[in-house]
Amino acid sequence: MPRNYIPILIFITLAFLFPIVTLAILRWVRPSVPHKAKLSPYECGVDPVYQPRERYTVRYYIVAILFVVFDVETVFLFPWAIRYDVLGLFGLMEMLVFLGILIVGFVWLWKQGALEWV
Amino acid sequence: MFNQYFQPNDILIIYPELLLALFAMGVMIIDLFLDRAWKVLNAFTALVGIAYAAYALYRLKSNALNLSGYNHAILNDSFAIYFQFVFLIATALVILISARYLSIEGENRGDYYALILLSLIGMNFMVMGIDLITLYIALELMAVSEYILVGYLRTNRQSNEAAMKFFLLGAFSSGILLYGISLLYGISGSTDLRVIAQRLAERPSHDPIALVAVVTLTAGLLFKIGGVPFHQWLPDAYEGAPSTITTFISVAPKAASFALILRIFIVGLKPLETSWVPVLSVVCVLTMTLGNITAISQSNIKRLLAYSSIAHAGYLLLGLIAGNEYGITGIAIYFLVYAFMNIGIWTLVVAMRRKDLIGDQIQDMAGMIYKNPGAAVLMLVFLLSLAGIPPTAGFIGKYYLFASVIQTHHYVLAVIAVLNAAISLYYYFRVVVVMFMSEKTDEEKMTLSPGVLTSLAVTLVFTLLIGIYPEPFIRFAQNSLSLFQ
Repeated sequence: MPRNYIPILIFITLAFLFPIVTLAILRWVRPSVPHKAKLSPYECGVDPVYQPRERYTVRYYIVAILFVVFDVETVFLFPWAIRYDVLGLFGLMEMLVFLGILIVGFVWLWKQGALEWV
Repeated sequence: MFNQYFQPNDILIIYPELLLALFAMGVMIIDLFLDRAWKVLNAFTALVGIAYAAYALYRLKSNALNLSGYNHAILNDSFAIYFQFVFLIATALVILISARYLSIEGENRGDYYALILLSLIGMNFMVMGIDLITLYIALELMAVSEYILVGYLRTNRQSNEAAMKFFLLGAFSSGILLYGISLLYGISGSTDLRVIAQRLAERPSHDPIALVAVVTLTAGLLFKIGGVPFHQWLPDAYEGAPSTITTFISVAPKAASFALILRIFIVGLKPLETSWVPVLSVVCVLTMTLGNITAISQSNIKRLLAYSSIAHAGYLLLGLIAGNEYGITGIAIYFLVYAFMNIGIWTLVVAMRRKDLIGDQIQDMAGMIYKNPGAAVLMLVFLLSLAGIPPTAGFIGKYYLFASVIQTHHYVLAVIAVLNAAISLYYYFRVVVVMFMSEKTDEEKMTLSPGVLTSLAVTLVFTLLIGIYPEPFIRFAQNSLSLFQ
């Protein structure tokens, strides 16, 4: 039984060794000429004008939640739509219940004012 | 096709939960159309939902239905029905005391009640599930609702911090639990606890993979009940959470987690009993002792009760270690009793909250006997019950648990448990001394809302009734023995 795991062990060892060995060899081979442009985040792009860690409005999280609502909806709608002829009326009812629950959540968000941009 | 996935019977088995789900959504929608002054109606909606669910559950109990459904993922036996009644009672009492408290905190919104009902649904499925995946999803439904509720006071830093700690540690422990579940599935090829038990019995004892599975499952589950060494989140979460939510999570989810532990250990992991009993015995002793000794030095009543609740989890583990009929009955009756006495005492803590007073320091209760004699005497009764002094209900619970370990010859455990009960008397009575023997610091009396009064009346009556005339309640609790079938 444990013998079956030997390839995985070899794979893990290789995965760890590969970057270490590569970096070690490169360090030995490559020339070391540091200068400012090379150390900037985008060596061949425009110089950064300000810090990338910018504050953005917290309201984006509501967009994220709304995205989840519709995303989950689609994930479940696709398989149902493909097997619609097999699932029949039972599937339709189940889907309506599911959509009903999602729509309650959506209506709640809407009435809470989540869709209004301030 | 129809019959393959779904039997009409399935809907009937989860009928109470369907009702609760409808009401949870209903509360959220109704809340949108209510003026600020009418928000108290949300509590009524939630209570009506619970009443309907209780009635549906009662019908389910009396009908002799085939109570296994959803391809044997759910087993609504009398064990499950008993615990569901406990949850319904606890939740109803918590909702009764919530309305006034929330309006003082200025967070009187409908989603509070919706989340409590959703958490209740999760707990109901936790006791009904016999399939590990169902159990896990139910556990998460309960836990996620709790995380949000603990951080419900959005402008309160302490509440936010408590929710964050609770969430991070809770997510971590769920991960460990899931790891244990995956190992069990790997061993047995099934997520059904009954099949797992059969497969485990066929394997050699002291199988290392099975041991790892037991250890990870135990760690994940002990977190949920706050067993040492997985208890650190508990005092912080209890202190930071809104008091009504602390009331809730100290009773109902704890009972649900314990029921889950019983189901997993007594049904699924019974063949490995020799390996988990010693582990749980050590945890049990540590939990009781640490909970009680740390509680002595607390000056905040919420933290004191949090440590006391850790200690009670320790006493309850005795029943699981014994694992016999007495132990299981003991755990079942203890949770019924615990629901009444603990909610009683927390109701008083909630009622201490005023516009200008947080009311969570023990010193805030100084001279309570002069200001609110009734409340002080009630507090005394509940504290006596928590300590397990007859004729209060706490005695019956402790009696069953301690007797169960004596029956199975764990004498050392029994002695340690009794000593711990003696330690607990000390810090419970520290509160009594402050209430009865200190001078009052201000004149303002407690104002009790109708909900709080109802909750106090119910909890007091049952705390005394179960203590004086326990037979019907014990017979009720013996329903939970269907676990052994």
